[in-house]
Amino acid sequence: MSGRARPLLRRLFEPASIDSQAPAARVVTYGLLILWSLIVLVPLYWVLITSFKGPGEVDNGPFYIPFVDFTPSLEAWNFMLLENNTLGPYLNSVVVALASTMLAVLIGALAAYALVRIRFQVKLAAVALFLVLLIAVIVAVAAFGITWELAASIALALFVVALFTLVGRTKLALGNSDIEFWIISNRIMPPVVAVLPIYVMFQHLHLLDTQAALIATYTAVNLPIVVWLTRDFFAGIPLDLEESAEIDGASKFRVFFTIALPLVRSGLVATFLLVLILAWNEYLLALFLSNANAQTMPVLVSAQNTTRGPQWWNMSVLIVVMIAPVVVISTILQKHIARGLLVGAVKG
Amino acid sequence: MTAAADTTEQTADRHGWAEWADRHSGRIMVLPAVIVLLCFAIFPLIVSAYLSLSRFALAPGGFRLKFVGLLNFRKLLVGSQQYHLLGNFGAFGLVHWAMLAVAAGGLLFLLGRYFLSGRPTIAGTLGRLLAAAVAMGLVLVAVATFAPGGVPGTLVNTLLYVAVGVAVQFALGLGLALLCGQATAGRNVFRVLFFVPLMVTPVGIAYTFRMLADMQKGPFAPLLRAFGATEWSWATEAWSARLMVLVGDTWQWTPFMFIVLLAAIENQPRDQVEAARLDGASGFQIFRDITWPAIAPIAATVVLIRLIEAFKIIDLPNVLTGGGPGLATESMTLHSFIAWRTQDLGGSAAVGYMLLFISTVVCVSFFNFVVRPARRFEA
Repeated sequence: MSGRARPLLRRLFEPASIDSQAPAARVVTYGLLILWSLIVLVPLYWVLITSFKGPGEVDNGPFYIPFVDFTPSLEAWNFMLLENNTLGPYLNSVVVALASTMLAVLIGALAAYALVRIRFQVKLAAVALFLVLLIAVIVAVAAFGITWELAASIALALFVVALFTLVGRTKLALGNSDIEFWIISNRIMPPVVAVLPIYVMFQHLHLLDTQAALIATYTAVNLPIVVWLTRDFFAGIPLDLEESAEIDGASKFRVFFTIALPLVRSGLVATFLLVLILAWNEYLLALFLSNANAQTMPVLVSAQNTTRGPQWWNMSVLIVVMIAPVVVISTILQKHIARGLLVGAVKG
Repeated sequence: MTAAADTTEQTADRHGWAEWADRHSGRIMVLPAVIVLLCFAIFPLIVSAYLSLSRFALAPGGFRLKFVGLLNFRKLLVGSQQYHLLGNFGAFGLVHWAMLAVAAGGLLFLLGRYFLSGRPTIAGTLGRLLAAAVAMGLVLVAVATFAPGGVPGTLVNTLLYVAVGVAVQFALGLGLALLCGQATAGRNVFRVLFFVPLMVTPVGIAYTFRMLADMQKGPFAPLLRAFGATEWSWATEAWSARLMVLVGDTWQWTPFMFIVLLAAIENQPRDQVEAARLDGASGFQIFRDITWPAIAPIAATVVLIRLIEAFKIIDLPNVLTGGGPGLATESMTLHSFIAWRTQDLGGSAAVGYMLLFISTVVCVSFFNFVVRPARRFEA
């Protein structure tokens, strides 16, 4: 008996060739991978079918399969999309995410390109002086009630005078890597530290609860990521093309837009998608800076709870319309988005 | 005549301007980024620092800021808000003293090794002393609040999300990446599928997990009923609520670790792996001696990126549990937001600054003491 079983066992637990797995190991491998696939899919499936349920189907206990144990209805979809104002926040989300991403990629790529190709020397003394004056202005305005126009112009005058007299004699300077590090390190800052002053700033400008405020803030928040990723893409392209264009008399801007940008197109797409999704999902800043007019989808979804309690069917419709675009994009363009992540992690 | 002169002048003018722009092109290219960051990072940081040192009060026709020095920080660290940020301290038993002793011993050992082996520099010494002090403080608070009778505050909750969350996500992501590296058929299907949760809006994830974990109407309710757990609710117990937040966070972020580590595993030296296999090396030996050294620098970097983002967590606890029960799931960002909502702007800014300080020290230490050596190891 055991003599006959051995070859079978051996076949089960030993690989047929050096490159493949033993059948038993393969069963375990695929079993675990399929288990995790279920963990990924079940939540998404549950939201999707709940959006086709009504109060009755939700409250009378769990039903799992449409048409089999409950009849799906479009009631919740009808209510949320036509009667309830979902379209406004949706449009806000689209506009804010697209506009801020385009701005961030444009500004960030410009800066990254310049930091890769041009040598910078910023006098440390100038930076220090600037910071000291900025702090002085803020303290003067906040503590002593001086109008900010006055304080800012005095500080600016002092700064310009010092720049042309004292600062020129100092030696210590910051180079490209220092500037890059400073830009990227802004990502470490938790947004909650900066959001209060930004809130007050927009309040003064009467821009609170507008798309413009969100676009500007998101641009700033995602800028470090763009610089971080695109600098590696630019550093990877050969210099000679750009040099020959410059010898032909093209300006740096022309070289950037007509030669460098097209060369890193796929990298830019990766960066764009990654930042777009980050902006689309952003919650904290929208929570502070938007109210009724500029409300974005994440804020709308989180607000549902307090206004009506958990009406799961309506909530599910919102979640589905909110996550459907990102799920579709990330499925189809997974390769491109992952490329952005990989560059960030590999080059660091 | 005049017309012709005008055009030449114009071209010359345009030429001069273009030349000026070209000569300063570097500065012009970097300037927008610098201005944006000055307005939305440096300027707010300084104003926030001032806010954290003052008391904010609504006054007729606006608001008033009164400079109060370190009062807000004192309140958070030793005063009336201590329970909120740090938590309530429990009574120390033998185990807790032992844990503290182990932590202190470990830190002293690392410091001692630095002083004895290399050439200590001033900056290196100061940095290590600061990192060690912060680490000891965090361990002290964590041990004290987990001791019997203690209640963890938002600081410990945040640390829990960061430490446990990132560790679990890394382990799962690495495991899945290794499994997926074995699977030759269908690898790309798994790669695409496993990637999806990373992109899903965290707020949506929070609600989805609330639905899934519903004790009466969720998909697992019959299963729980079969175990007789009808009266119990995860949302009313501190640990189960924290666990829910961690589960949601892990569902979202494991893909990040997975996708990057899988790419790293695919890039490991194939010929070495095959040679080792021919020599009869076990799977574990191959992992330890070939795969791990090859992926260590990337692994360290993904953990760093994840650490940076994990400190900012707010969406999941806010929507999933509202920070409750009590303070059990409240993160520091949520703490700051709640303080802001109650018009305590000074306290809110102070909490934000504490978070900034701790996350900066932790992330910079991690970079210097883990990521850098891992990269040097590679070279």
